[in-house]
Amino acid sequence: MKSGKFWAWVVFVVGAAYFFIPLMATVEFSLRMRRGVHSFDAYQIVLGDPRFQSTFLYSVVAAVFTIILGVLIVVPAAYWIRLRLPQLRPVVEFITLLPLVIPAIVIVFGYIRMYGSNSPLPFLGSNMGANALLVIGYATLALPYMYRAVDTGLRTIDVRTLTEAAQILGAGWGTIIGRVILPNVLIAVLSGAFLTFAIVIGEFTMASLLNRPAFGPYLQNIGANRAYEPAALAIIAFAITWGCMSLIQILSRFAPKSANRPN
Amino acid sequence: MTDLSLSNQALASKPASPNQATAFRLPTQWIGVAPFFIFALMFLIFPTIYLVIGAFQNSEGQLTLDNILQLVSDPSISSSYWASIKISFWSAIIGAFAGLAIAIAIVRGGLPSWTRSATLTFSGVASNFAGLPLAFAFLATLGRVGIVTTLLRDVLNINIYAMGFNFLTTSGLIAVYLFFQIPLMVVIIVPAIDGIKKEWGEAAATLGATQWQYWRMVVIPVLWPSFLGTVILLFANAFGAIATAYAFAGPALNIVPIKLYSQINGDVLHNPQLGYAIAFGMIVITGLANVFYIWFRTRSERWLK
Repeated sequence: MKSGKFWAWVVFVVGAAYFFIPLMATVEFSLRMRRGVHSFDAYQIVLGDPRFQSTFLYSVVAAVFTIILGVLIVVPAAYWIRLRLPQLRPVVEFITLLPLVIPAIVIVFGYIRMYGSNSPLPFLGSNMGANALLVIGYATLALPYMYRAVDTGLRTIDVRTLTEAAQILGAGWGTIIGRVILPNVLIAVLSGAFLTFAIVIGEFTMASLLNRPAFGPYLQNIGANRAYEPAALAIIAFAITWGCMSLIQILSRFAPKSANRPN
Repeated sequence: MTDLSLSNQALASKPASPNQATAFRLPTQWIGVAPFFIFALMFLIFPTIYLVIGAFQNSEGQLTLDNILQLVSDPSISSSYWASIKISFWSAIIGAFAGLAIAIAIVRGGLPSWTRSATLTFSGVASNFAGLPLAFAFLATLGRVGIVTTLLRDVLNINIYAMGFNFLTTSGLIAVYLFFQIPLMVVIIVPAIDGIKKEWGEAAATLGATQWQYWRMVVIPVLWPSFLGTVILLFANAFGAIATAYAFAGPALNIVPIKLYSQINGDVLHNPQLGYAIAFGMIVITGLANVFYIWFRTRSERWLK
């Protein structure tokens, strides 16, 4: 057992080194812009860059719309499958796993060919259409995470009883989903939302191929042309991802653990 | 309706069985899932099918196998497939075993409990820290003027670039991809290891099993399906990844997703139909990986029974 603990420490320390050395080196590198001293110059330049601000804002808005679209698609479907159509569960689960199998670049290639400006549904014929298509593509990428998060949330509440109680009180379907089910799975939905945000914010392939002024293509441009700014951007991106994951962890403390909680 | 109930008093007086009730409401049954299925068909399934059909057509729309054959016969395309498969395979295998080792160390290694929560939190972040920022981090570390590169050169007098180190080699990319592959494995496999009950170890020990027998006959068969499933997931994860490699070398690097990216952007292969074939090939490879997974899993499940 003694040697087991020794090896566990070895594995842990080697692993920690592999993950922390690049991060620390990146922090160090990002502070080196001014010769001879440590400074936040790289961060100041990046944060003050109007292109940073506009592309970041664009991606934040795209992420928010992605989350809204994802919720609108996933919550009713997951709810309905629990309530009425459990036999469809394997089909839906299979579909939600597809984006993990079909690479994003293939999906967006399909969009470009199917929804081009000469097609019956010319999403790419207009600016707004292309923005919509990007949000749709992001919602597809987020589908596996969103569905799993919402389904886990639904598992912890008694969907049938809540629905019947609401129906007895005269609620329609919109009220039931919007004012009974959604608040009960809100924490799960928010977990999915933050994960979606983390995935979408720096996404490169789809934004670049749909020619959108998003944060991902901006990162690529800076990476190809600058020395110290990319390191600062990497740290900023890591901080954003970290923030999203921390919020998910904090939220999970508030999540109900089972359907039969006492209160 | 009235007629029917009158003609059969017994049936009319009996309350409708739940089955009949659902049958009667069938059209509304689908309303809740309709947005999901319409969305999935329009933006996931049809675009994919569209590419698959295009892969078997020439520019006049006639059926042909030329595009598919060209994937194999054109050395620049087939070599990009091999490079991608190699990178994805090895980063998945190495990432899976390293992730498993870390997971076992923090769950079963008798380490203080903070190591577990710290590792899990960090893994959640790192598994989502991919794409361009990851490449930037590694360039700042091991790039030509990276911190570790210069430290090694100035302090230990080791020039890793003179020794042949390069991000644009298979092993270079694998080393970088491990940064998100290992944490993804940790995140998925830790719950599976938690699922191995202490009682099983005690039961095995009571029956006289050695530590090795306990691992071989209990732990490995239990972990096998989720381990294998994650390996497949890691493979697909690396196979479709493009941004990290693109940040290192732009379109110059010869791996499939970058080849397809250049083809979509500028028809570099001078045959629009060839793009469909490349996309089709990518789906076939990740699809095949999943078929293997399902096959292995059904086999191992039969074993577990």
